[in-house]
Amino acid sequence: MIDRDQVLHVARLSRLRLTDEELERMPGELSKILDHVEKMDELDLEGIEPTTHVVELQNVLREDVPRPSLPRERALAGAPDVADGGFRVPSPGGS
Amino acid sequence: MSDLLGLTAATQAELIASGEVSGAEVFEFWRGRAAEDDLGAYLWVEEETPADPGRLPPVAVKDLFCVEGVPSSAGSRILEGYLPVYTATSVRNLQEAGAAVLGKTNQDEFAMGSSNENSGFGPVQNPWDRGRVPGGSSGGSAAAVAAGTAPWAIGTDTGGSIRQPASLCGIVGLKPTYGAVSRYGMIAFASSLDQCGPLTRDVTDAALMLRALEGRDPCDSTSLGLPEAVTLPSAERLDGLRFGAWGLAEEGLDPGVAEVCRRTLDRIEELGGGVQEIELPSAGHGISAYYVVAPAEASANLARYDGVRYGYRSPHYDDLLGMYENTRAEGFGEEVKRRIMIGTYALSSGYYEAYYGTAQKVRSKIAQDFAAAFEQVDFVVTPTSPTVAFELGERTADPLAMYLSDYFTVPMPLAGIPAVSIPCGLSEGLPVGFQIAGPAFSESRILDAAYALERTIGFEGVPVP
Repeated sequence: MIDRDQVLHVARLSRLRLTDEELERMPGELSKILDHVEKMDELDLEGIEPTTHVVELQNVLREDVPRPSLPRERALAGAPDVADGGFRVPSPGGS
Repeated sequence: MSDLLGLTAATQAELIASGEVSGAEVFEFWRGRAAEDDLGAYLWVEEETPADPGRLPPVAVKDLFCVEGVPSSAGSRILEGYLPVYTATSVRNLQEAGAAVLGKTNQDEFAMGSSNENSGFGPVQNPWDRGRVPGGSSGGSAAAVAAGTAPWAIGTDTGGSIRQPASLCGIVGLKPTYGAVSRYGMIAFASSLDQCGPLTRDVTDAALMLRALEGRDPCDSTSLGLPEAVTLPSAERLDGLRFGAWGLAEEGLDPGVAEVCRRTLDRIEELGGGVQEIELPSAGHGISAYYVVAPAEASANLARYDGVRYGYRSPHYDDLLGMYENTRAEGFGEEVKRRIMIGTYALSSGYYEAYYGTAQKVRSKIAQDFAAAFEQVDFVVTPTSPTVAFELGERTADPLAMYLSDYFTVPMPLAGIPAVSIPCGLSEGLPVGFQIAGPAFSESRILDAAYALERTIGFEGVPVP
């Protein structure tokens, strides 16, 4: 179960502004999905190691060889707002 | 030249090699076909014939593969107009093998969906019945191959996104072993599950394409390639091979689909293979585990869409936080928001162990189930999708019903193992897919078995104009 307040909290963590309609709909919708998810608690998982990754690899290393990186202008080419050779963002504290 | 329409990619490659047609003629033919697509399968089609189109027919590429200078949006409005500065390794491998990029195909936004209805750029129609979905998330790739607007295509599979649309469109779709193909340049959904693979007319084409795709890539440290070169399939019989059938008694499996799959089991026996029912006691919980692991990883991967470095930025904001929140609220579609919410919740303080920790243990249980099964049998076989293609709009109001479309395809990526879907017949006039899964790195053996079955099934694709 996830209630309206939790939905608002999670939306804030997710950096998502929800519309009133979404805020109305999401608690029920997400609860239904989470109820299904919780069926995995029926399994006996005592002593089972978690799988974080299916490939058994550790410390994949390579030679540290210098090579050209992306030119600044190409890195900035897709940005919505650019100034002084950087990404421009609104002030964190408001305008 | 219209003769090319009926030919597999492998046969077209032979014609190019023998000089009967040029690579440019083949490219031009398919470019014309792709430009005529009216199913919504393409988001972009190449306009220029490359100077040297290569020795293989051109390939349709799912939108989420970065191709330098070509619009690559992963089906999302938040990346509309984004032009990558580099090309995905998988696409580069195909180009180097001689397959040029034909176009970018429609998909569910960020590969989240099973019907292609979550695309930010409109749905795709199934060429078998335009009122039905092609499956998803690689719906555009599957529809294009089935409708003959592409000779072959690549897609990605996280929980079934290659195999399920292949099944619903009556074509072949292969999800390789995790790590067989580089993920570099694939716009990420769930990094521990995502894998690139072929959607093709037949099994031989899938093997031919996998041969070009696989390989270790220094740019993806989780990539391994395949330990042995992919062999082209040639088996005519299945003598001595043991097939473990799973899921044919599941509730929710359409009776028509079950019947066609049972007939396919009979064909396996006719070819000399052994069939037995097997249990995968935890695999039925795959959907539960998947809808924790995949959204959790997605919530982290999609944090990068913040309106700063690329893509959409909302014009409505007073400060930085407002810019983030409105950009993401306006740029993402409903399903993507839903999954970000589930994933963030599952990873949030106090819930992490109950959801993510548990789901990771379920992954281990499912992998153990498969390992135990492969001690008794060579392959696990199942229906690919519980139903044939459903109607557009039929499941959009019920996310959970949509998720259950992937019931049979989700366990394999959770265990990292390869599986192919091949068309095995029709139910209600619509294609049914048959799934063959094997242990990690058994692609050549899976494709060999699929090839023998394909020959005896003799499935005829959708009649294309």
